[in-house]
Amino acid sequence: MTAHFPILQVIIPLLAAPLCLFLRIPRLVGIFAILVSAAAFLISCGLLHQVITQGVISYEIGGWPAPWGIEYRIDTLNSYLLLLVSGVSTIILIAAQSSITKELPENRHTFFYTAYLLCLTGLLGILATADAFNVFVFLEISALSSYTLIALGTDRRALTASYQYLVMGTIGATFIIIGVGFMYMTTGTLNMYDLAERLPSVYGSKTVLSAFGFLIVGVCLKLALFPLHLWLPNAYAFAPSIATAFLAATSTKVAVYVLIRYIFSIFSIDFVTKSLPLGDIFLTLGLAGIFAASITAIYQINVKRLFAYSSVAQIGYMILGLAIGTQLGLTATLLHLFNHALMKAALFLAIGAVVYRIGSSQLHHFAGLGKRMPWTMAAIVAGGLSLIGVPLTVGFVSKWYLVVALLERGWWPVAILVLISSLLAVIYVWRLVEWIYFVKPRVVLDDVKEAPLIQLIPIWMLIFANFYFGVDTRLTVGVSKLAAQNLFGVNM
Amino acid sequence: MEWAPETMLFMTMLVPALAVIGIIATGDKPNLREGVTLTASCIVIYFVSNLYVVVKGGGSVAWSSPDLFPGLALSFFIEPLGMLFSLVAGYLWLVTTVYSIGYMRGHNEKNQTRFYACFAIAISSVMGLAYADNLFTLFIFYEILTLSTYPLVTHAGTASAKQGGRVYLGVLLTTSVLFLLLAIIGTWYVAETVTFTKGGVFNSQTPVIITASLLVLYIFGIGKAAIMPFHRWLPAAMVAPTPVSALLHAVAVVKAGVFTVLKVCVYIFGLELLSKLPTADFLLYLASATVLLASIVAMRQDNLKARLAYSTVSQLGYITIGALLATSAGVVGGAMHIAMHAFGKITLFFCAGAIMVASHKTEISDMHGLGRKMPITMIAFFIGSLSIIGLPPTGGTWGKWFLMTGALDADKYLIMIVLMVSSLLNIAYLLPIPLRAFFTVKKPEEEVTIEEAPLPSLLALSFTALGCIALFFFTQPLYELALAIL
Repeated sequence: MTAHFPILQVIIPLLAAPLCLFLRIPRLVGIFAILVSAAAFLISCGLLHQVITQGVISYEIGGWPAPWGIEYRIDTLNSYLLLLVSGVSTIILIAAQSSITKELPENRHTFFYTAYLLCLTGLLGILATADAFNVFVFLEISALSSYTLIALGTDRRALTASYQYLVMGTIGATFIIIGVGFMYMTTGTLNMYDLAERLPSVYGSKTVLSAFGFLIVGVCLKLALFPLHLWLPNAYAFAPSIATAFLAATSTKVAVYVLIRYIFSIFSIDFVTKSLPLGDIFLTLGLAGIFAASITAIYQINVKRLFAYSSVAQIGYMILGLAIGTQLGLTATLLHLFNHALMKAALFLAIGAVVYRIGSSQLHHFAGLGKRMPWTMAAIVAGGLSLIGVPLTVGFVSKWYLVVALLERGWWPVAILVLISSLLAVIYVWRLVEWIYFVKPRVVLDDVKEAPLIQLIPIWMLIFANFYFGVDTRLTVGVSKLAAQNLFGVNM
Repeated sequence: MEWAPETMLFMTMLVPALAVIGIIATGDKPNLREGVTLTASCIVIYFVSNLYVVVKGGGSVAWSSPDLFPGLALSFFIEPLGMLFSLVAGYLWLVTTVYSIGYMRGHNEKNQTRFYACFAIAISSVMGLAYADNLFTLFIFYEILTLSTYPLVTHAGTASAKQGGRVYLGVLLTTSVLFLLLAIIGTWYVAETVTFTKGGVFNSQTPVIITASLLVLYIFGIGKAAIMPFHRWLPAAMVAPTPVSALLHAVAVVKAGVFTVLKVCVYIFGLELLSKLPTADFLLYLASATVLLASIVAMRQDNLKARLAYSTVSQLGYITIGALLATSAGVVGGAMHIAMHAFGKITLFFCAGAIMVASHKTEISDMHGLGRKMPITMIAFFIGSLSIIGLPPTGGTWGKWFLMTGALDADKYLIMIVLMVSSLLNIAYLLPIPLRAFFTVKKPEEEVTIEEAPLPSLLALSFTALGCIALFFFTQPLYELALAIL
């Protein structure tokens, strides 16, 4: 059984998704979805344990040997991310049942869970596979299901947001498949590790350079690197809250993973930094994204959009870590993948609770909620503090490592810029805090109660995780360092 | 019952934190709630005093957590300066709680539970800061202190409170994130350790440009020490209720700032390296400018709390000067001034709050003849002023004495002149207040309904005023602690 974990990780949610359509009762579907996600989480725990004790796991689907068959390869990097994605997904699903009752009509609930599980499948598949075309397949699965998830939002703008995301996402996916196609043309293989062996001999050819170019642009569209981020704010703002929480915590992280895989495991870091000035490009775009997005966030009146722009800024940090080009820089990026997922999942779930109670996520509707929904608001403040990077939170851990990595590279002006940007985060977070606690509500809020317990529990579980992993960094820092070491080391 | 020293160290931080739970639980029973705070502060005094006995006897108290980051742990070690600071903060918490009871009830303040709870968190973080053994631990508690005092500063919930809170948080977070964190990470990167070590952590090979820049980053980064131009948060924080201003901004928050300055100068740079750094002189003159400019601005303030706020900015400059002089007398003077100024300023703020509760007056020009109605308060004010000015028989004398000696030792005659001129300025902005209160006649059309301050507040301010005098005569323990720093 455990030998088949790599494929079970993906198959279980994949098969569960259409099964949802057979279970008519939405309540049952909700519980079923939680169980499926929990099963995926347990499998990922098992995989991480296996990888740490026994080393890289290589699994051939159907027994067909690679590179002709599709190989799933689990190493430190993807088992860590599998754990993150499945874990966050399970916690978010606990709140889902309650949250979507107010945001989606009853007959759509089953669709929602189906799309959610398909999205989970797609993300887990991208993480687990070692076949370049398989990545594209799962990328499309996750993308199409995310478009569906977003379009299910109550606001009519959800449809346009989903359409915008669809257009840009399809361009991105098309670029990726073009890149994969070019690579296949020159090497004759689709297996990542086989590609890594065969590509060096054709590095000089224009085809390979174009392949790399297309791949990078395609993935950067998916991970919302500035200025390819235009789909993200609307998508996050108008999707159902649970969908936003899930997508914000996972989809861009998985896209960053794909980027890392391509740069380190398929092409090599030497090729990447020498043939293309990727380090400089990422540095410029990363910094531009951080500042542009943070400043835009300050002026938002829709809180979901505010945190969406904040996500774009945080992705900028991750790209910055890659731009540094050292092991420490990659460690910082990997750390932030995990930490940011925790932060944003908590924040968006809390905002989802607010939407559940008052039906809006506009900033001025938060006035006076400090008294009516104390626990939810406290969660927003705690998540905000983590975003700012207050010590003892995960945000601080990420910031520390990023600044150390920048100093090690000698880029202390960039370190100063990073610290200035966290002050921008203080501004947009504190603006929300002031509205929550200092402004008198304009409407009568007597019937607004605290969020239901079923939503508060996952929110506070994630907040607790924010603080726990800010103090006990053995898992996150340990695994990130190990993964970075492996990626910088000789390819497998 | 015998407590292990490490347990006691832990308890000084844990007890206030646990008190928070007690305070919130008894929120709707005010007497019980205040009882929780009073009990907690007595327990803290008990532990801090016992720790003092242990440390005086030569024992070393240390505790370290498992690593938070590889190579960095939350670690604590009681050295003399930390002991001094924790003693001051611990004793004055009890006194301030007594005062707060009088003030908050006399003023009919709302949200008192939140007030006492945040106070307890702030004290807990002060204890953690005082005993921190490395910059990482110190930074954690430094930030917790900033965040836990924000609800106290914005207690009133009004628009001006919100604005004051913005300036407070803005200046403190900007300096701590942009400068202090960068300095700490820079130190970590260059010296590979951030543990406080006698003689400093930098070895002789470190390029001067790096250590000199780090010094500038540290001094600007420690915003709580209120060196100009990062002093604006102090006057802005005066929008807080007076007990907050008294303990936190005359004693705990600002002292955390200058305490950090002293620790960085003595244990990260080391006095020997400090005396050689080119930027130390620049910062010394900046601190002197702060001392003089803040005093001049203080003279122009009519609002009593604002005047006291600028006076604090000026007095903190003294301690920073003491640290940057890089002489042992300067450090001794700075350390002693932490205690002396604490008692003096807290007395002055207590009186300011008492005046506000009893007579609703906040502007100095209104305070004619107050001395007749509130004699104890104004006498206490007078004693506190003497301590700030540095005249016998108050403790402030010793602080100034050693600072002057330190300046002499470093051959910095300009600094000596600055200190002397500043004392004159202190007289100019402090003495008129009690003089006006006692020796001018109040305008006949004013009501005569002013009485002395509420009893708990009166007790508190009398205690601290007597403390100022006591510190003149019974300075020896303090002096020995300060001497033991080096």
